[in-house]
Amino acid sequence: MDVEILSRLQFAGTIMFHYLFPPLSIGLGLQLFLCELAYFRTRKPEWEIAARFWTRVFAVNFAMGVSTGIVMEFEFGTNWAAYSRFVGDVFGSALAAEGIFAFFLESGFLAILVFGWDRVKPPLHLFSTLMVFLGSVFSAVWIVIANSWQQTPAGYHIVWHDVQGTPMPRAEITDFWAMVFNPSSVDRLSHTIIGALVLGAFFVASVCSYYVLKGKHLDVARRCLSIALPTALLFTITAAMTGHDAAQRLVETQPAKLAAMEAHFETSEDPTGLYLFGWPDAESKTVHFGLKLPRLLSFLVYNDFKTPVPGMDKIPIEDQPPIWLPFQTFHLMVGLGTLMIFVAALGCFHWYRRTLENSRWLLWVIIFMPIAAMTANHAGWVTAEVGRQPWIVYPSVQDGVEMMGLRTSDGLSESVTADQVLASIVLFGMIYSMLFAVWIFVLNHKIQHGPETLEQLAKIKASHANRGMQELFEKQGRALGGDLMEDDSDRN
Amino acid sequence: MDYDTLTWIWFFLLGVLLCGYTILDGFDLGVGILHLFIAKSDDERRLVMNSIGPLWDGNEVWLVTFGGALFAAFPVAYATVFSSFYTAFNLLLTCLIGRAVSLEFRSKVHSKSWRRVWDVGFFASSLCAAMLLGIAGGNILAGMELGPGYRYQGSLLGQLYWYPLLVGLLTASLFAMHGAIYLYLKTEDALQERVRQWITPLFFVFASLYLLVTVATWAHVPHSTENISKYPILWAVPVLNLLAVLNIPRAMHLRLPLYAFFSSSMVILALASLFSVAVCPNLMLSTIDPSLSVTLENARSSHRTLGIMLAVAAIGLPCVLSYTVTIYWIFRGKVKLDSHSY
Repeated sequence: MDVEILSRLQFAGTIMFHYLFPPLSIGLGLQLFLCELAYFRTRKPEWEIAARFWTRVFAVNFAMGVSTGIVMEFEFGTNWAAYSRFVGDVFGSALAAEGIFAFFLESGFLAILVFGWDRVKPPLHLFSTLMVFLGSVFSAVWIVIANSWQQTPAGYHIVWHDVQGTPMPRAEITDFWAMVFNPSSVDRLSHTIIGALVLGAFFVASVCSYYVLKGKHLDVARRCLSIALPTALLFTITAAMTGHDAAQRLVETQPAKLAAMEAHFETSEDPTGLYLFGWPDAESKTVHFGLKLPRLLSFLVYNDFKTPVPGMDKIPIEDQPPIWLPFQTFHLMVGLGTLMIFVAALGCFHWYRRTLENSRWLLWVIIFMPIAAMTANHAGWVTAEVGRQPWIVYPSVQDGVEMMGLRTSDGLSESVTADQVLASIVLFGMIYSMLFAVWIFVLNHKIQHGPETLEQLAKIKASHANRGMQELFEKQGRALGGDLMEDDSDRN
Repeated sequence: MDYDTLTWIWFFLLGVLLCGYTILDGFDLGVGILHLFIAKSDDERRLVMNSIGPLWDGNEVWLVTFGGALFAAFPVAYATVFSSFYTAFNLLLTCLIGRAVSLEFRSKVHSKSWRRVWDVGFFASSLCAAMLLGIAGGNILAGMELGPGYRYQGSLLGQLYWYPLLVGLLTASLFAMHGAIYLYLKTEDALQERVRQWITPLFFVFASLYLLVTVATWAHVPHSTENISKYPILWAVPVLNLLAVLNIPRAMHLRLPLYAFFSSSMVILALASLFSVAVCPNLMLSTIDPSLSVTLENARSSHRTLGIMLAVAAIGLPCVLSYTVTIYWIFRGKVKLDSHSY
């Protein structure tokens, strides 16, 4: 296999693995903050127990997110050097902003969130939780902005540089805010973050449903369900709304992607229909086993039943993305999204009627919802990224001038060989499968162990209070003794 | 601000980020290298790991931000350096992942063999990460086989010859010593006594490697002293470096461990500055033809990007520093185990 295919496989593999964790961190971050806020307002110890429990789950997940995230940053340089030289001036600043504005905030306050329960006062702890949540959101903000710029570039121009006698093009910023608020940033950002919040809400709902089914930790489980289910409903509905907005924008910015997502091969005079499912075949330009609803795509895209949507035939053949994969992943995402709205609504309904704990089948369904949410997040990502091929940076039109894009095949590192990439795929494949197994194992361990009981919490607090007294006593003793140095030398 | 001034400011700021990373992650890598030998019981091992528990993650962010800032300020250098060190950096990533999960997962299961595996993993990944950072530094200092169009023409094995390996050992010994002094600050009683016994031998290992690398650099990398002979004021850097090195045993002898830790931080700062002085104005020297080198001038971003980034740094860095200080303050004092410890 050649370097391009291998590098793309490596990037897809490492980023999909990485993408298991940040959405869960963001989503769980909000749930954690809401639990702690409830504790702060009611002072009910059950809320504190819940917050402490989710903190531990959060910490394991966060460590995985950080360590697999560094890989992504390195990969731009190691595997995609030509791309990095082309976009560094634009993309690099978003990445650096992510480091300075998000990562430091997250990692700093994470220390207080995880290790500070018995060290700082509740208001500071609550504040730290909020900062960790905001930090993970800011991180998503900058990285999605950077990604959106590649999809719908704005606020830049192309400058040719002389590199040892050969002219080489480079994208350079002309307008920072136009780069940040490029045509797809806001749509994609809101959809991505809401997707993460859905995952977090369902994750909490899933673990709590499991406890309810097992009849364990009921105090905590009931309380958390009362937060998780309504937020799940709110965010699944808003996810559908933001997804709709994003898709409408596509017809202007990336019509090829829209055509691929819908397997819309031929433009015609008639209104365009929408496939509910099917098996697109790019060679014969047909969709096998498809169920097509007439006029619906026209309506979804243009809000009327008449205007035809441009199809793949409007795109030059060398600029066409693959069709099968974006079509399937897009439909999978939409299908799962619809399913999640129903489950969340049903959950809320039974919760409101106080019949949830008797609807064992529904609890079982909720248990599997995080997998649905995770799959939908990944499917959405695959749709977005495969649908923009063969471009790594889309060409765009600015002030009537067409700007140069960059093809994925031109973005590779020239000095890297297929063997090296293959070796790194094998290396990361091994590490990641081991990590995944350990992560599942530890997560399961934590969930099986569950939150502390009221007595355990009281014991932890008492032991800490004792130690606090002891330390205070020692300090005073030292102060009375007068000489700190002497005290230290006695010890040695 | 004019373009050249901005370029120099960014070269300096990258230096700050790199120093921040090596000083901060330096001690937690050092703790990782030493923990297998210093801690005897499971409780001691947990104490050692928890001494860096709340901090290592934030320390590593300095590396991530350094990478992002290099990408933004000198994209050509970022692309060239990272693709040249392809395999080495993949191994470094493996080590960084290994460290993170060893710390995170070790205490999750109460089983002797489970903990043993993560202990060894933590040690091996910390040692390799320290070595690899030094090896990369050594290669950059000595220059690499950079052909036309910034294409690296060497191989992984070409990067593993005596000189970078020596620099790698120097880095590992420096971090181990730095980590030992840090552990001395954070521990008590018998454990602290054991840590103290390690500091002196580690200092001598470091000091001999330091001399060896200095001589080797003179012999193998003649261009590294060009800037110093051109601007004699720069002699201050090696002189301060030497003073800081010598101050470590002095401070330990005076029983001022915090002062010793400050000194070893200064050693790292001085070595990083020396490195910057030696490579400047190249970011990656070509051993094939000096005109093919990646320099500050041909690697930098546009004037506007450097300006925007400076604004980002001006807003961001004070925040970063303020909460870094806050967190180190909150977790000051001797390390104790509680229900949220690793």
